[in-house]
Amino acid sequence: MSDALALTWRQYRLERKMFWRNPSAAFFSFALPLLFLAGAGAALSGNQHQLNRLVPMIAGMSVMSTTFTALAYNIVFLRERGVLKRIRGTPLPTISYFGGVAANAVTNTALQITIIVLAGRAFFGIGWPLHWVALIVFVVVGVVSFAALGVAFAHAIPNFESTAAYVNAVFLPVVAISFYVFDSSSAPGFVRTIAEALPLKPLIDGLSAAMVAGTGLGGHLDALAVIALWGVFGLYLAVRGFSWEAART
Amino acid sequence: MRGIDITVQRGEVFGLLGPNGAGKTTTVEILEGYRARTSGEVSVLGQDPAKRSIELRRRIGIVLQSGGIYSHITPREALRHWASFYPHPRDVEEVLALSGLQAKADERSRKLSGGQLRRLDFALALVGDPELIFLDEPTTGFDPEARRAAWETVRSLRELGKTILLTTHYLEEAQALADRVAIVKDGRVLAIGPPRELMAHPPGAAHYRVAYRDSRGELVERQTDDPTRLLHELTSEALARGEQLEELAVGHPTLEDVYLELTADV
Repeated sequence: MSDALALTWRQYRLERKMFWRNPSAAFFSFALPLLFLAGAGAALSGNQHQLNRLVPMIAGMSVMSTTFTALAYNIVFLRERGVLKRIRGTPLPTISYFGGVAANAVTNTALQITIIVLAGRAFFGIGWPLHWVALIVFVVVGVVSFAALGVAFAHAIPNFESTAAYVNAVFLPVVAISFYVFDSSSAPGFVRTIAEALPLKPLIDGLSAAMVAGTGLGGHLDALAVIALWGVFGLYLAVRGFSWEAART
Repeated sequence: MRGIDITVQRGEVFGLLGPNGAGKTTTVEILEGYRARTSGEVSVLGQDPAKRSIELRRRIGIVLQSGGIYSHITPREALRHWASFYPHPRDVEEVLALSGLQAKADERSRKLSGGQLRRLDFALALVGDPELIFLDEPTTGFDPEARRAAWETVRSLRELGKTILLTTHYLEEAQALADRVAIVKDGRVLAIGPPRELMAHPPGAAHYRVAYRDSRGELVERQTDDPTRLLHELTSEALARGEQLEELAVGHPTLEDVYLELTADV
């Protein structure tokens, strides 16, 4: 077990190193939400009510992009390139491999949430998160769910060239509908129902409660349950459908 | 796959030779633990590879037909990382030297040439100091010089006492490297034995080939199991006609003849 743990740590360190050496991946999963925050934040400057909504929205989007998007990209790339197959043939325990990969994604999420919290405090008039426990619980459950969904989704993507199309076909509509419903009280009922059933809107609710409203966990257990249910679904599909090799042509 | 029954001895280089689609890679991937077999018995170093035990994977090294590597890793980093998977890895610098990668040890893998990446494939399979090494078409797409270099590596592994199972569709490769060869086609073993024996006692083919140029200058080739009688007939006929048998030669079929004979579509 200590061996598996040591190998998880080594895999994690390798993943970190590879992440920083790949500027485009680092940019897409890292800088994009922050640029979005900077741009929208500047546009909404002075409107504290809007800024209070913007910051949790960006935080939720960051959780999704650092886990769901980044993992789908990574897994498909490594699968199609034959890296996964090669790793599969070594004694590296599967748990250590995925432990390292997941820890890498979690590190990116944690870094982004930290930057968003700091930026919210420094530039957008939002104080320190009012409810740290709720923030951590929502981020952790969100990370686990979106990471599992990203790994599961990788299975549906047939080749690396189409990864951007597949990922964006999910990421953009989910972000759009979740942002819209979170921000607008006049959203049509069925649109609201859809958004509430998807994992991002509940995550933004929870992050908003923790970061801005300070209402804590109690009032958002249903949101937490929706995210967790997606997580269970994602984990099931991730494990069941996982493919270590590119499909034979 | 219709049934492949082979036993590879410890310390030997065993070649699976056959055309594309013969079932070579499928066979090797079952042995490596990548694929489940539908029936039959398989034992690799005394274990069932389908169970995918870590203990077994510590003792084998795999060179895949096409295995990728992280774009931004250097050979030295990759070898250090891979070495950490194994209980008694070889020295990374030594493996870099053995695989001829010293000069490129700190280059990102995306900047390596195809031949250099293939060397890295070898190096990564060796770094755990495995007892048994699988080489799936190790030199496909190589230029002659790179192929010779790869052959030297395989020979040096054999000298270290490693057992090697290699697949190839190059006859000369099987002939140059393998102690024993199994010729496979359509998931079946057609012939098995040391290359020399397959040539001396070709299964299903004549043992001798007699070739000469006839009076019209055309090359004639006859196959026989009784060269003495055939030669006697040919030479006496030629003498009776007052002709020469130009370029008369008697020989064994080459591995290529055996191979073509066996794998020819009937």
